[in-house]
Amino acid sequence: MESCNCIEPQWPADELLMKYQYISDFFIALAYFSIPLELIYFVKKSAVFPYRWVLVQFGAFIVLCGATHLINLWTFNMHSRTVAVVMTTAKVLTALVSCVTALMLVHIIPDLLSVKTRELFLKNKAAELDREMGLIRTQEETGRHVRMLTHEIRSTLDRHTILKTTLVELGRTLALEECALWMPTRTGLELQLSYTLRHQNPVGFTVPTQLPVINQVFNTNRAVKISPNSPVARLRPIAAKYMPGEVVAVRVPLLHLSNFQIYDWPELSTKRYALMVLMLPSDSARKWHVHELELVEVVADQVAVALSHAAILEESMRARDLLIEQNVALDLARREAETAVRARNDFLAVMNHEMGTPMHAIIAVSSLLQETELTPEQRLMVETILKSSNLLATLINDVLDLSRLEDGSLQLDIGTFNLHALFKEVLNLIKPIASVKKLLITLSLASDLPEYAVGDEKRLMQTLLNVVGNAVKFSKDGSISLSAFVAKSESLRDPRVPDFFPVPSDNHFYLRVQVKDSGSGINPQDIPKLFTKFAQGQSLATKNSDGSGLGLAICKRFVNLMEGHIWIESEGLGKGSTAIFVVKLGIPERSNELKLSFVPKGPANHGQTNFLGLKVLVMDDNGVSRSVTKGLLVHLGCDVMTVSSGDECLRAITQEHQVVFMDICMPGVDGYEIAVRIHEMFSKRHERPLIVALTGNTDRVTKEHCLRVGMDGVILKPVSVDKMRIVLSELLEHRVLFEA
Amino acid sequence: YSLPDLQEFVRASKAAMDVVSQLQGQFLDFTTSLYNEGFLDDQFVQLQKLQDESNPDFVIEVVSLFFEDSEKLLNNLATALQQHIVDYKQVDALVHQFKGSSSSIGAQRVKNACVAFRNYCEEKNVEGCVRCLQLVKHEYNLVKSRLDTLFKLEQQILAAGGSVPMIA
Repeated sequence: MESCNCIEPQWPADELLMKYQYISDFFIALAYFSIPLELIYFVKKSAVFPYRWVLVQFGAFIVLCGATHLINLWTFNMHSRTVAVVMTTAKVLTALVSCVTALMLVHIIPDLLSVKTRELFLKNKAAELDREMGLIRTQEETGRHVRMLTHEIRSTLDRHTILKTTLVELGRTLALEECALWMPTRTGLELQLSYTLRHQNPVGFTVPTQLPVINQVFNTNRAVKISPNSPVARLRPIAAKYMPGEVVAVRVPLLHLSNFQIYDWPELSTKRYALMVLMLPSDSARKWHVHELELVEVVADQVAVALSHAAILEESMRARDLLIEQNVALDLARREAETAVRARNDFLAVMNHEMGTPMHAIIAVSSLLQETELTPEQRLMVETILKSSNLLATLINDVLDLSRLEDGSLQLDIGTFNLHALFKEVLNLIKPIASVKKLLITLSLASDLPEYAVGDEKRLMQTLLNVVGNAVKFSKDGSISLSAFVAKSESLRDPRVPDFFPVPSDNHFYLRVQVKDSGSGINPQDIPKLFTKFAQGQSLATKNSDGSGLGLAICKRFVNLMEGHIWIESEGLGKGSTAIFVVKLGIPERSNELKLSFVPKGPANHGQTNFLGLKVLVMDDNGVSRSVTKGLLVHLGCDVMTVSSGDECLRAITQEHQVVFMDICMPGVDGYEIAVRIHEMFSKRHERPLIVALTGNTDRVTKEHCLRVGMDGVILKPVSVDKMRIVLSELLEHRVLFEA
Repeated sequence: YSLPDLQEFVRASKAAMDVVSQLQGQFLDFTTSLYNEGFLDDQFVQLQKLQDESNPDFVIEVVSLFFEDSEKLLNNLATALQQHIVDYKQVDALVHQFKGSSSSIGAQRVKNACVAFRNYCEEKNVEGCVRCLQLVKHEYNLVKSRLDTLFKLEQQILAAGGSVPMIA
């Protein structure tokens, strides 16, 4: 063997095969070298690739593989040992790297795979989101349409416009072929085609309400798909070639005003529904989508609301118009009434004046006549004239009063008056007639009845006169008893007048007056009518009974004004009757100066007022002359105390007494002695009462004696009123009196 | 009161007034006679002046008091004069009382009788006194009956609805 360090190829050189191998190796090396270049290029391009070092490894592996194949090119021919060594090194390295790479790949490939699955997942997610976006968009579209529809519908309050607009807008939004509204008839048994979108004059079509398809729609608040062949959907003559579009029907509740609750949609209480039918275009293969159905349902509800608002508005407009009419009518009526009242008042005023003027003339002149010298007969006649004219004047005023009472404009003239005197005057006025009829009239005043009271004297007297007058009128014979007393609270509450609750107080009292007669009585059924104006009982057929009927009505009003009550009791015809009234009167304060408006019939009190309250002591043992002297002094207004003996006199006398009248002819009593003692009792002159002697004997001796003992005056018994008056004025002025 | 009622009232009043005027006429005649015959004097008029609304029964009260008093006095006088020994002082005192009360009411004749009585007392003339007592009693009874009649007449007038005429 030659030592050429040549390595024999393993296989015999076969030129062709070797050539192919040579070429393949070459291309492999080429490819192997280019792959890493491509890898580097792409890795550089992509920023995200996380496995760069893997690529490096892989690149190294490929490069080495390429190198190996490249070097293999040299091994086809005789090659030196160096080449073999390099070849071997290359192969070894390649083996190393490829093993490492192989090991690495085991770790990497699962990761790479999972990247792929994640990508798939994200894609799915994106698709899903896309879908949802589509849905939301659709819903938003729907919402927008609803809002727009609602706005259109609610922008009007006119019923027809609302419905028409609904159909138009729905038609537009949903691109419908036809849209129709069926309204229930008055009876509710049929639905009548009221509005359509395309048809101009939808008259006459009716369908009964009780169709199953209609019931189906009415029983749910959802839009229901119905057959295009159902009677409600057959609005156009269907040509055979047309494939009708899907039809949907929905109920529209027609709410009554009273059913409309804010938070509680009245599912059960509405009874009437209208039917809305919507048809998709035929031959369009369009189907009803859910969101479209929802749109339809919402619109149907909104229409219901809009209709109810329209109804409310209509109602309120109607009511307002009615009110305006009524107001106008009332205003007119009021003005008419006012005119009438004014006319009446004017009439009454004129009448009052016209009738009153001659009446007052009569009264005035008769009063004057009364003051002149008259024979007793003449005086009686004048008194009669006066009484009659006063009564007539009262009647005239009565009528005026009654009209004012009706108005409520009458007010009581409150003043202080003598209550006892009032009753006596009434009695005096009634006596003439009563005595002619031989009726006995008795008056009894309770002992606790105040002498003075505060109230409307004139009207109380009118009331009393009326009541007593009636008693006299309706009695043919017998007696009439008039009694007055202060009503206590138990007796105030009368079971017959349960709504009368008088409450006495400190400065008021209730006067109860009863007039009982034994006359013709009253049928209990007629009693309620008594106090009505102008009403008369049927049984009063006597000629005395044609009164105008105003009297009791006026009395009742007066009594009511005095916060009281008046009623009549009778057990029946022929059993007499009792008239009772209770009125509220005030109690006058003691400090008020009492207006004695009621002039007493007897001689007026001529007493001078500077004697009023003058405290006087009278000493006289003779009862009769004591009474007479006392009566005299009381008449003059003095405050008189009487004693019948000297001791009594000395015991009773005080410095408050301003004058002492003493009888000095009393047997057994030395009047002069008493006078001396009085002087001793009162040292100061101004404290001492003035002492005046009463005697039947005024000779000089007596006078001197009186002077001596310090008396201030002597007068002769019996004393006249005028004499006493002069005496008192002299005494009080000069503090001394001595008759000449 | 309607007009027919008014007419009726006037008629009734007139009828009543006729009665009243008749009574009043009687009353006036009677009263005049009393004064003319001296039974009453001006003091009685004064008493009537004292009668008013606040004192409506003054005269009757005073006169009744007078009657009561007088009865007692007359009895006492009778008793006093029947004594064996007549106590003229007492008798005088009683007569003095009687004089006082009768003059207070204006019973003139009674008063005059009392004055005469007192004179006899001073003279201590018992027969005179007894005679005077009779006289006084007589006069008293006269005036009493007349006053009773007068009051009855007054009541009748009042009952008939009229008013008692006053003597000026």
